[in-house]
Amino acid sequence: MLILECPYCGVMADETELAAGGEAHLKREGPGSSDADFEAYLFDRMNPKGVHFERWRHASGCGKWFHAARNTVTLEVYGTYSAQVSEPPKALVTAIKRKVPGWEGWM
Amino acid sequence: MSARLEGYGRLIDRSQRVSFQFNGKRLRGYAGDTLASALMGAGQLVLGRSFKYHRPRGAVASGGEEPNALIGLGRDGRFEPDQRATTTELFDGLEAVSQNHWPSLAFDVGELNTLAARVLPAGFYYKTFMAPRGAWVKIFEPFIRMSAGLGRVPETADADRYEYLYAHYDVVVVGGGVAGLVAARAAAAGGAKVLVLEQSAHWGGRAPVDGGEIDGLAPDNWVKTALEDLEKAPNVTLRNRAMAAGVYDHGYLLAYERVADHTPGDGRPRHRLWRIRAGRIVTATGALERPLAFAGNDVPGVMLASAMRDYLVNWGVAVGQRIVVVTNNDDAYRTALAMQAAGREVAAVLDARERVTGALPDAARAAGIDVREGHAIAEVRGHSRVKSVLAARQKGAGKAGEEIACDAVAMSGGWSPVVHLWSHCGGKLLWDDDAAMFRPDPDRAPTGADGAGFVLTAGAASGALRLDATLADAHAAGKAAAKGAGGKATRKAAPKAVCEPEAAIEPVWIMPAEAGPEKRMKMWLDYQNDVKVSDVQLAAREGYESVEHTKRYTTLGMATDQGKLSNINGLAVLSQALHKPIPETGTTTFRPPYTPISFGAIAGEARGDLFQPLRRTAMHEWHEANGAFWEPVGHWRRPYCYLRGGESHAEAVAREVSNTRENVGLLDASTLGKILVKGPDAGRFLDMMYTNMMSTLPVGKCRYGLMCSENGFLIDDGVVARVGEDEWLCHTTTGGADRIHGHMEEWLQTEWWDWKVYTANLTEQYAQIAVVGPKARQVLQAVGGMDVSKEALPFMQWKDGRLGGLPVRIYRISFSGELSYEIAVDANLGQGLWDRLREAGMGFGMMPYGTEALHVLRAEKGFIMIGDETDGTVIPQDLGLNWALSKKKDDYLGKRAQERSHMADPERWRLVGLETTDSSVLPDGAYIPAHGKNANGQQNTQGRVTSTYYSPTLGRGIAMALIHRGPERMGETVGVPVHDGTGRVVEAKIVETCFYDKEGAKQDV
Repeated sequence: MLILECPYCGVMADETELAAGGEAHLKREGPGSSDADFEAYLFDRMNPKGVHFERWRHASGCGKWFHAARNTVTLEVYGTYSAQVSEPPKALVTAIKRKVPGWEGWM
Repeated sequence: MSARLEGYGRLIDRSQRVSFQFNGKRLRGYAGDTLASALMGAGQLVLGRSFKYHRPRGAVASGGEEPNALIGLGRDGRFEPDQRATTTELFDGLEAVSQNHWPSLAFDVGELNTLAARVLPAGFYYKTFMAPRGAWVKIFEPFIRMSAGLGRVPETADADRYEYLYAHYDVVVVGGGVAGLVAARAAAAGGAKVLVLEQSAHWGGRAPVDGGEIDGLAPDNWVKTALEDLEKAPNVTLRNRAMAAGVYDHGYLLAYERVADHTPGDGRPRHRLWRIRAGRIVTATGALERPLAFAGNDVPGVMLASAMRDYLVNWGVAVGQRIVVVTNNDDAYRTALAMQAAGREVAAVLDARERVTGALPDAARAAGIDVREGHAIAEVRGHSRVKSVLAARQKGAGKAGEEIACDAVAMSGGWSPVVHLWSHCGGKLLWDDDAAMFRPDPDRAPTGADGAGFVLTAGAASGALRLDATLADAHAAGKAAAKGAGGKATRKAAPKAVCEPEAAIEPVWIMPAEAGPEKRMKMWLDYQNDVKVSDVQLAAREGYESVEHTKRYTTLGMATDQGKLSNINGLAVLSQALHKPIPETGTTTFRPPYTPISFGAIAGEARGDLFQPLRRTAMHEWHEANGAFWEPVGHWRRPYCYLRGGESHAEAVAREVSNTRENVGLLDASTLGKILVKGPDAGRFLDMMYTNMMSTLPVGKCRYGLMCSENGFLIDDGVVARVGEDEWLCHTTTGGADRIHGHMEEWLQTEWWDWKVYTANLTEQYAQIAVVGPKARQVLQAVGGMDVSKEALPFMQWKDGRLGGLPVRIYRISFSGELSYEIAVDANLGQGLWDRLREAGMGFGMMPYGTEALHVLRAEKGFIMIGDETDGTVIPQDLGLNWALSKKKDDYLGKRAQERSHMADPERWRLVGLETTDSSVLPDGAYIPAHGKNANGQQNTQGRVTSTYYSPTLGRGIAMALIHRGPERMGETVGVPVHDGTGRVVEAKIVETCFYDKEGAKQDV
């Protein structure tokens, strides 16, 4: 039962209010893409043990999608941020690097 | 015999007699008794029979860890099986029955299982699976079902109510013993908002029984003052009868409060489930004493040393007259001394340690008790009561020894901290060799959202067993918890404790050490599931090395007590058998709840009418009053059909279908999803959402559209109307409204966030009524107010206006193949419009129809239904809907996926109609077999039935099916097994999906 802060309405939302949306920052592949690229877009997921960027929706709240950076092992939440970006904010990545020395970084 | 002792019983009130029944016999106890203490006080030692061998069993423990004393409690609507007598508070009129016996508790036929123990070894159930299938059905299963099993399942609905309570605290202290109270005081002094949970009705835990001194007071008196302080503190809440059941992510804690178990029927909820968010959780959950594994350690009268002491001090019950104490540590001497001081005879203390020194053993010797060093129990004699023990050397096989007459045995194998809550959310343990226990590793606590540990342990739960260490540890935990939760660290000091020093424990896992197989077969590890030392050793010999596998193979620790007494002993025996150190063998996983909680508490108020919110259309009450047989559709209820007179459902459906085809029908279509999509980029957006081109749809027109997922599979369909230059109204399926709205929002917010589009789910804003049938136009004309002629409102167009004085929008769309108008009106005017249409329709033979008639009408036309023809693996091409896939568009959701080789494969199953040669109706979902078997030896298949109905219009069964290369096989006959028990296979001809008005002439008039 995680608690994540919705960056839109500012609510510390209980997991029962949220809907999980899987890995964040996927790049959409459409018509014209190779079979391999399209397959990777549809099915290949990082599923890391450690730092992970995820999509969540404040489904039973304001209805907005947002991003969360959290640790799948310790359950530490590094931050939540807007859904309207294609990569995590630099400051957040820096902060995570400081906290998790062995982390290979984003992408 | 057990007996009540004058001058003992700190928890009972002798001035208040309480009468109760056990197996129909009227007995008496005192206020403050548990059911177990009252039964033992009344001389009833045998409380039940064991699960597998039906051996007579009495209580071994005095609290929630009790494995044996399970009883059925109450009757009728308040009957509950498998309740622990040791935690059941006695009340006047309590009724209890023992379990697992036939015909009576004293004489049980199933006890023959003990004789059959040799053929019921570890993994018995699994081994039976290897036997021929017939043996399972005819021999093993009936035998297991008859002889095994715990309590009866209640047969009547629960008479009580239950509720949830949501709460937020900075610090929750679990356990109201002295450690919990010290931790709570320290946390509260740091300014934290504190909740203290105690599972029993009493505060103070074991300390008042075990003795010592706190801040110069006897523990009982210290507890009283500490409670007074905490009650006065504005930032502290105290709850007894409340058990912390589980710890979950980010400080979520479930607690189970037994509000009215002891006052049934007083109007309060029986149980309350606390759903708590805690900044920090302090587990002051104490420790549990371990039994010792010696032959006959399950004979009634053999009990944990601490429990025997509890029954004496707390309830004034002496479990025996002449007792033997067997131990590997100093604590059990407290029981010897207490029993002797109470005037019982202590025949001997058998101490497995070779050299026994220390204050407590010396006190025992000084009191004249025979302390035998290096000794063990080789065997307990007696059947339903201890008669004697055979004392032998611990270092030996126990073949010869001295018989000591006694009627009770107090055993102590050491103590295990209660680490369950610490472990639930990932807290790790370490093996403490000196103390012979697993205890929490403070460096590897479960972590929360801030990355810091959010569970702290206090007192014996940390492994600090002695009173002085307990209090110091608990104070530090409370102090740190307050600080961690945002408060201050108190500067106050921990209370000062005085207690006797204790010598080191010596781990003993089998007694005597070299006991042979005959003895090991009688050493119980798990009392409740009847698992013995020999079973665990057999598992190890058969190759079970993982403790998790051994657990499942032997069922050790899998009973309702979850191995609270047996797990550590069991894994120690396994370690020995595997010649591996204990920490390498490891523990099994601790999972919530700590002790069982009621289903009622989990359900809370969610039962009956409150189970699920019901969505009602504007005409719901009218349907109800007019014979609607309801069908649940999502959270809606829709009329399946309207029953008239004595007709059957099938007759009603047939009547509704025929009347709609011949005259005119009326359908409440309000539940269909209605999503408004508006904005400068709305057209572009809908071109991505739908496989069709929506941006080119002229204002005023409607188009049937398909929606696919990015994987290419069909997810929804419905009619889209362009209602303005930058505004479209998308109809979805009833079940899909919220999902599709969410789907649109997901793409808008996370992929095309710079597109200017706004969506709104208007499903509940409008009531929608379909008027369907050849006389539909006449009905609307009779209502009056709008020109609904073919010229003014052609097929697949819509028009706003006033119908019968009401503002409406009429769509000329058809899901039946008939002339059809779908009329939308503000929801609050829905019933008014319905009434006007009915009035006008009377002269035309109009009848309302339900969802089943709707299905038959659409199936006769070969229209697909999402969820029938689709199942998440079906693409539009499978359903012959290629005409709805735009070739002009570069992209839409699903387009790329539909180009993948498997999607474009001509070998796919595709939709066709099926006509049975005998006109019968095929079973829904039936598979159509093909020749041969697949790699797993299963019958090959070539298709399946997706929709099947009796068509009143055609007077025969009709069906649609997805069939291998179906459309290429028109006219071919396939066999469909109907699985009615006769082995019958019905012949069906592959035909087109449309069975009625193939030209579509009737809908476009």
